[in-house]
Amino acid sequence: MFKTVPKRIKEIRFGLISPKEYRKMSVTRVITADTYDDDGFPIEMGLMDPRMGVIDPGLRCKTCAGRAGECPGHFGHVELIAPVIHVGFAKLIRKILRGTCRECSALLLDSNHKKKYLEQIRTMRKMGQPIEDITNEVFKEARKPKICMYCGAKQLDVKVEKPSTYVEKMGDHDHKLMPSDIRVRLEKISNEDIEVIGMDPNNARPEWVILTVLPVPPVTMRPSITLESGQRSEDDLTHKLVDIIRINQRFQENREAGAPQLIIEDLWELLQYHVTTFMDNAVSGVPPARHRSGRPLKTLSQRLKGKEGRFRGSLSGKRVNFSARTVISPDPNLSVSEVGVPLSIAMEMTIPVNVTTRNIEEVREYIRRGPDNHPGANYIERSDRRRIKITDINREEMAETIELGWKIDRQLKNGDIVLFNRQPSLHRMSIMAHNVKVLPHKTFRLNPAVCPPYNADFDGDEMNMHVLQTEEARAEAMMLIHVQENILSPRFGGPIIGGIHDHISGMYLLTRGDSRLSKSEILDMLSKTKIEELSEPAGEVDGKPYWTGKQAVSHILPSGLNMAYRAGICENCDTCKKENCDLDAYVLVKDGQLLSGTIEEKAVGAFKGLIVDKIIKDYGSARGLQFINDATMLGIKGVMHYGFSFGISDEDIPNEASIQITELLGEAEDKVMNLILVYNEGNLEPLPGRTVDETLELKIMQELGKARDTTGNIAGKYLGLENAAVVMAKSGARGSMLNLTQMAGCVGQQAVRGERIRRGYAGRTLSNFHTGDLGAAAHGFVKNSYKSGLSPTEYFFHAIGGREGLVDTAVRTSQSGYLQRRLVNALQDLEVQYDGTVKDTRGMVVQFKYGEDGIDPMKSEFSKPQAIQWIIESVTSKEVK
Amino acid sequence: MKGSNKFSLLDHNLVPHHQLLSENEASQVLKKYNINKEQLPKIKVKEPVIQEIGGQVSDIVKVIRTSQTAREAEFYRLVIE
Repeated sequence: MFKTVPKRIKEIRFGLISPKEYRKMSVTRVITADTYDDDGFPIEMGLMDPRMGVIDPGLRCKTCAGRAGECPGHFGHVELIAPVIHVGFAKLIRKILRGTCRECSALLLDSNHKKKYLEQIRTMRKMGQPIEDITNEVFKEARKPKICMYCGAKQLDVKVEKPSTYVEKMGDHDHKLMPSDIRVRLEKISNEDIEVIGMDPNNARPEWVILTVLPVPPVTMRPSITLESGQRSEDDLTHKLVDIIRINQRFQENREAGAPQLIIEDLWELLQYHVTTFMDNAVSGVPPARHRSGRPLKTLSQRLKGKEGRFRGSLSGKRVNFSARTVISPDPNLSVSEVGVPLSIAMEMTIPVNVTTRNIEEVREYIRRGPDNHPGANYIERSDRRRIKITDINREEMAETIELGWKIDRQLKNGDIVLFNRQPSLHRMSIMAHNVKVLPHKTFRLNPAVCPPYNADFDGDEMNMHVLQTEEARAEAMMLIHVQENILSPRFGGPIIGGIHDHISGMYLLTRGDSRLSKSEILDMLSKTKIEELSEPAGEVDGKPYWTGKQAVSHILPSGLNMAYRAGICENCDTCKKENCDLDAYVLVKDGQLLSGTIEEKAVGAFKGLIVDKIIKDYGSARGLQFINDATMLGIKGVMHYGFSFGISDEDIPNEASIQITELLGEAEDKVMNLILVYNEGNLEPLPGRTVDETLELKIMQELGKARDTTGNIAGKYLGLENAAVVMAKSGARGSMLNLTQMAGCVGQQAVRGERIRRGYAGRTLSNFHTGDLGAAAHGFVKNSYKSGLSPTEYFFHAIGGREGLVDTAVRTSQSGYLQRRLVNALQDLEVQYDGTVKDTRGMVVQFKYGEDGIDPMKSEFSKPQAIQWIIESVTSKEVK
Repeated sequence: MKGSNKFSLLDHNLVPHHQLLSENEASQVLKKYNINKEQLPKIKVKEPVIQEIGGQVSDIVKVIRTSQTAREAEFYRLVIE
């Protein structure tokens, strides 16, 4: 068995490996390109030499005596007949060749300069700063002299051809530098000069970038695979090594036979090609080495580089078992904490169950059901760890033979706990634990109320599910990552899960004013909730009892709840009339009874949800979850009861309203013309810190902005409070009054970079306008509404403004995403200690008290120090201040 | 360094209050947080405030900052070269 002793890494030193080192670490010299003999055993001193490690089960490594899987593999080596250049250092070789004398290999700088640069490099090293800038300057300066100041030799230009051929210009003909010539030159560079070019002569002699020995990677990193036909298929790296060794042999034979220089050079180039592509098969200027099928080979560099490379693909990102991924779709009938799992997935995913005296009958039943009969079992693991697949044929037999101490892999069933995730996982609520509900069809189903934390929608989003495999993991998931434990966001201390869209519209319709429900209506309303008792009716009409919408909501509130706050529809009157508010915006809850106020986004919505927040903090997260479930169900029933739809005719406004709007916009345009007139006369008074031009632009923008808002008010007034879009905007379910203004009133000014549109032709935006026209229409003011339709010029300006918006969002998301990623990476391993301090992994103090006040935002009231005020409010049911 | 006609750095409203701790106070702080000196955040002696209050290397400085969350927050920093 291969034993390793744990050691602490003190430092890491980078350098080049010398040929001596290569030979020292090699366990064998490889001399033949053959791999296996006729009996299928690896050939000694071949590419699959057993001393370089073993991959076949049963064989033992001849170096460490480890079996396949235990032996880490050992390097071998090939003695190259002629030196070749390492492509990775082609640039460095070029720089050195150009900066050193072709006769005496001295760095072409006078001793004073050398001393100066050396000094700089040493100080930079001491400070841990990069020395690239200095060495680049060294090479730049050393390239200049035409004659060597040490031996007087004339210097020649060194040209580079493609990746690794260096040519000296000798008068009218070119002289090719062979790698051996280059190596001789590099060898002669003195230790002092090596330090000036930023290298360490002990760890990296420049001549080591020319390979005379090629290390052969262990067999374990290039395993061959046996195909079903019994044929062996070698790894790409082995193929490449075969090429290298073959050419190396041919080279040797030719050289010993005294072949002409031309043939030798050809072979040399071929060897160079193979060594180059062995290391990097994507060097520009070199045709990639291909497999027989025409597929480019995956050589060393390709294994490391890029998205699927070792770093990004295998080390930073790994694949896991017991996971599933599919498209998501909504199901409002599920609980917020549930996830609908397709039957086909549930039958594939399993949970290990230990057979005990207590569950042996249950386990037997799972086995008896087999793999094709849903809550069944797929595998049995005996006490000797042998795994047996349960099939339709052996399931009855296996059910009888099952013993204590065995394990089975049971299929996923209702109530199991799984992790559910949507990428990008930007915060901890991106992965939450849900309870499984096995459903037909092929999508994951989730309650729309959990969309905000995942930032999911149903336009084709996919999500991942992970099945927990141990009891500890399930316990931890239940207590820490379950949906109900994540309703409150640690970001702002309020609920991130809550009603959205229809839930809010429904609650709003149900609770505004004094809507009345008959007995059957309120029973239907509460039928989806967990409520079992109906309260006393609010009164009777014609002998029939009725309940108010507010009473319906009171049913789902926990008894004893006291709250008082101003709803989002509050218009901040000078003196608040409290319960007698004309807008019904003062929400008052006493002992779990909603006495006044309208329930809207601020009460139950995601991100706001004051009532949700209060319930969780006073009654716990389980009650909070139940409230969200009840509220969403009630909201949907509400929206269904009252009916809720929106069509193009809902944007219609009466004739008198359009006349008013046209008049208003006419007035605004007149005002703009007036401003321009004043400006042209030179009488416009500039605002402080602004030029006259800026002042004009500002005032025009102001005037037009005001005009648009006024059209919105007019339109809003005529649309009335029954209009579905108005209901949505007021309740906060979706959209805003601005959206309504643009649909029914006037689209308004189109802007580029916050200014009116000015680009286009000289002095005008479009040829439709006069040069120098400063009027509203000429600079992108859209008078029409989306309903009335845009004129051609308006449409064009609108497209300009719209494009800017699109580009902005695209740029902003990528930039802010990266910014946040860097911040998270910098902060991720800081930890709040039990004593309240924040320390990093080395134990260095970052904060002496977490957040300077030591408060957990999740347990504070929306991160504000208002606890006392809230306590007073909940006791007295009166708003404080 | 301290010119008589110069204003004190600590009087500037953007400079938080810095105060040198005595040997005794310093050891109490370390004991309170159960840490050794090296685990404290650092500040250089060359820092103008440290020169102003006459801090030496390996002294501990108490910094009282205004805080958005707690109005005032205490920090301790180790003076280094």
